[in-house]
Amino acid sequence: MAGIIRYGSYVPYFRLQRQAIGAGRGERAVASYDEDAASLAVEAARDAVRGGLRVDALLFATTSPPYAEKLNAATIQAALDLAESIASFELSATTRAGASALALGLDLAMAGRTVLVCASDISVGAPGGVREAQGGDAGVAFVVGGDGDAVARLLGKATCTIEILDVWRIPEERFPRSWEERFAAESMGPAVLDTVQQALAVAGVSPQSLTHVVLDGVNPRTLAQLPRALGLEPAKLVDNLTQTIGRCGCAHAGLGLAHVLDRAQPGDRILVVSEADGVDALVFEVTDRIRSFPKPRPVQRWIDSKRNDLAYPTYLKWRGILPFEPPRRPDPERPAAPVMRRHERWKMAFVGSRCLRCQTGHLPPQRVCVHCGAVDEMREERYADTSCRVTTYTLDYLAYSLQPPVVVAVADYEGGGRFSCELTDVDPKQVKIGGQLEMTFRRLYTAEGVHNYFWKARPMR
Amino acid sequence: MASKGIKDRVAIVGMGCTPFGEHWDKGPEDLLIEAAREAYASANIEPEQVDAYWLGTMASGFSGLMLSEALKIPYKPVTRLENMCATGSEALRNAAYAVASGAYDLVMAIGVEKLKDSGFSGLAMANPPHDGTISSMTAPATFSLLAPAYSKKYNVPEDTLKQVLARIAWKNHKNGARNPKAQFRKEVSMETICNAPPVAGMLGIFDCSGVSDGAAAAILCRAEDAHRYTDKPIFIKALAFAAGPAEGYFSQHYDFTTFPEVVRSAEDAYRQAGVTNPREEISMAEVHDCFTPTELVLMEDMGFSARGQAWRDVLDGRFDGDGPQPINPDGGLKSFGHPIGASGLRMMYEMWLQLRVEAGPRQIPNPKLGLTHNLGGAPGRCVSFVSIVGL
Repeated sequence: MAGIIRYGSYVPYFRLQRQAIGAGRGERAVASYDEDAASLAVEAARDAVRGGLRVDALLFATTSPPYAEKLNAATIQAALDLAESIASFELSATTRAGASALALGLDLAMAGRTVLVCASDISVGAPGGVREAQGGDAGVAFVVGGDGDAVARLLGKATCTIEILDVWRIPEERFPRSWEERFAAESMGPAVLDTVQQALAVAGVSPQSLTHVVLDGVNPRTLAQLPRALGLEPAKLVDNLTQTIGRCGCAHAGLGLAHVLDRAQPGDRILVVSEADGVDALVFEVTDRIRSFPKPRPVQRWIDSKRNDLAYPTYLKWRGILPFEPPRRPDPERPAAPVMRRHERWKMAFVGSRCLRCQTGHLPPQRVCVHCGAVDEMREERYADTSCRVTTYTLDYLAYSLQPPVVVAVADYEGGGRFSCELTDVDPKQVKIGGQLEMTFRRLYTAEGVHNYFWKARPMR
Repeated sequence: MASKGIKDRVAIVGMGCTPFGEHWDKGPEDLLIEAAREAYASANIEPEQVDAYWLGTMASGFSGLMLSEALKIPYKPVTRLENMCATGSEALRNAAYAVASGAYDLVMAIGVEKLKDSGFSGLAMANPPHDGTISSMTAPATFSLLAPAYSKKYNVPEDTLKQVLARIAWKNHKNGARNPKAQFRKEVSMETICNAPPVAGMLGIFDCSGVSDGAAAAILCRAEDAHRYTDKPIFIKALAFAAGPAEGYFSQHYDFTTFPEVVRSAEDAYRQAGVTNPREEISMAEVHDCFTPTELVLMEDMGFSARGQAWRDVLDGRFDGDGPQPINPDGGLKSFGHPIGASGLRMMYEMWLQLRVEAGPRQIPNPKLGLTHNLGGAPGRCVSFVSIVGL
């Protein structure tokens, strides 16, 4: 059998209060101007593979792929410093793809593979609509493999796919459209119930013995009748996070599962249901390893770590919905493919070098040691997970940015090494010399259709 | 052994400098023609007498043709060179060595920059194709890193430091107000400087040098020939240059309160010129005040102030136009303006005027040795030029 070995999650720092857009209570998570589905997935997966965990394959699910052609999974693979020899796949076109990718990964795990499953989305809706108000941005990642190492063992799963016009979008359009919600709710309701019952039957688990139930649907009405039909106690339904971060597309079902795993006890039984164009249902049992595995940063910590005073026009600007006056500075330059390829481990994985003779760290990697002059006596060193501190910093009001001022810090890394890097998710007033920073993978800008990914630093979250 | 120097072997016998500013009606070729003609006239020579040219420009043109085409120089060597903001000084240094070597008798160093055609705020540099990881920091941001580091290391409260920086801008504006060729010819009050809109870190708009267009030129010959051209030549005592290994970018030892490149080039220049106490022996200096914290740190790196003491010297007025050691008497980059390729030669132009007692209302009494300092790059990663000239 198969199960979840490790996992990780990521919720961006910014929140848009629904009040600010006249859409009721609560808030939605908003990816910053320098994030996209690939970078969200990287941030989520870093905890899941921390320490160099080896995987055989990578599955990436999103409905908001940064590139329509060019494998976004390759970006994730490179940023996580995974081997080029692994198999990478991308799933798209439905917000259920996150749960489907997890199910597919578990099938691969049953065939003996260790698989990293990433799901993320930036949920964008037409201004004033439901998707804009109720959607959210986040990422989640699971490493699945043999159940001997699992923190949660798969007991059973079932799926069904239904051709139905409920939520849709053609590539030429920016915002999804939807049919009257009651239509899909009523016509898909029986199939949803049937699939969930089937998963429970395969798992040999009665609805009453479930400890936690995660319900996620692109059309929440399709799941409204499910708890009563199954005879579930309402207390077992976990918080669907719509008040705090919104429904985060492909990431949402997984995020709910990660949220449960963060506080689960051995023996807990978890049902995960994700609906869109059909339904995926998965049943897990938490193992003793939940007490001893390398725990990721909990979902709740990401939720609590936030800034929720984002102005609506800023949100619209970040998502490219609202045009704005550019600064009187040169446009960002498209990075050059050969240079990116030559420097790939630096640019994507934040791999610098360390002198074998005198141990001086170098970011970016150098051939000649700045301290002792040794030539080509370096080893590679990844600094992405090395903590660093602010040595000095400045606020740049002149540099091009969608969120001026640009905050730049000279960061000194534990164990040696220095790099001047841009800060993100930062309140300029809170930056202090000596303050601790952590690295984060970002999309710096897009120029001539090329997304320019690199690492920034942020205050610890 | 470091550089041996060419003390008293080369003289400057003519100079020219255009007004610096927003020359909407002039292209780089016009500026080159103006500066060159003023220099020819000042050395009492005809253009044919010049054997070779060194042209400095960061990005306003390429190759020696930029100059030979503008001036219609007939088939003579023209070297076009670039060394960031120290470009103008590099033209002078290389021209001086060509004369000292005996290869040529009479040469011109000329620098030009046309910044105001770009339509951008501040300086914008074109990069070679890159991987997208290069720093997006603007020039004021990189130099603003000096301020908090200085404040912390020497326990100078940030509001005191703000006053110190403003005092530097105030002084350079005051000097520029007395210079008919300066871009900004108005005194600015301390209050206006302190309340200006922010640009980067502690720096406001008045802490930044002027973005401008301009050109400057010098005619050089061997010392023994100098009096053929002018009664009042000035003589090169030292020319020093240092390009750093970018240690400050990599090494945690660098603390952003100094420019090691400046310290090295200044030491070299003092050795060449036989200067042992720069605070007393250097009568005046034009230094690279691209941003006010740069000038503050330079005072210590050049040995004009003890470590951690420059801020007191600034507040005491030591470097004022009428102080004991005037710094940037012509207004500096701050107020004269900073057309990159021209700036190093503009600094020399002020030494030329002062040593010949032609500086008018800003004349420094009885100057003996003048110093120019020109820097390119950013704290931790820069090139630095120092020259010493005298009678």
